[in-house]
Amino acid sequence: MTEIFATPPGLTAYLLLGAMLFSIGLYGVLTRKNTLAILVAIELMANAVNINLVAFSRFSGSIQGQSFALFSIALTVAEVVIGLAIVVLMYRSHKSIEADAPTALRG
Amino acid sequence: MAWLAFSIIALVILNSGLNVVKSTDLVHTVFWLALTLLGTAALFVHLDAEFLAAVQVLLYTGGVVTLMLFGVMLTRRIDGVRILHESGDKGRALACSLAVFGAIATAIYRSKQTAHAVAMDLPDTEILGQYFLQEMVLPFELLSLLLLAAMVGAIALARKKDA
Repeated sequence: MTEIFATPPGLTAYLLLGAMLFSIGLYGVLTRKNTLAILVAIELMANAVNINLVAFSRFSGSIQGQSFALFSIALTVAEVVIGLAIVVLMYRSHKSIEADAPTALRG
Repeated sequence: MAWLAFSIIALVILNSGLNVVKSTDLVHTVFWLALTLLGTAALFVHLDAEFLAAVQVLLYTGGVVTLMLFGVMLTRRIDGVRILHESGDKGRALACSLAVFGAIATAIYRSKQTAHAVAMDLPDTEILGQYFLQEMVLPFELLSLLLLAAMVGAIALARKKDA
């Protein structure tokens, strides 16, 4: 156990942290009923992916991982903007932002 | 020393991440998300990605969290604190996320490359800028087009019909 801590944290430690954060976000997406809270949990998952990308970049010595992370951050921001617009629309038409509220297409 | 920094940052990220999915107040949830994103920025500094850390703070903690708070304020009733409702299916969600974590962890431990990875010297921000404006210039410009389309789309979606 001690020889693990003798060297600085390796790639595995960062990947495990990313996996934990991703699972936490997945749990949030599955349990939340409020669409805004689901959006927040999706942010958590995207963040875990960014941690992985930057860690890979650090441990391969190339810049590509960081540039992928930058693209991913910008894409997530675009996703949040559209998601929030949809949430506001949903509040206007249903007076609620619970994920169970829109039932127009229920068979 | 590196382990100490990593452990503290990881503890902050995981604790605030857990609070994001556990907190029953929507405003608290968004602020816990802000703390998670700040912790991630600290982790980026720890990983020698200072430029990404700055982008993370500016875009996520500055932009996304503010947007989320606007969303909360626009969609909750004026009086009192709106309580989040969780579904009764916590057990199945927990099993599902634990299964996903197990699958990822198995994949990490099985791969031979991750076990022997060593940290390397990383090019600095100057190289990142050159990479973006030379090799990646087309995707970079497409990204700005996408952001413009997202902005126009959001305004078109959310504006009132008679306005």
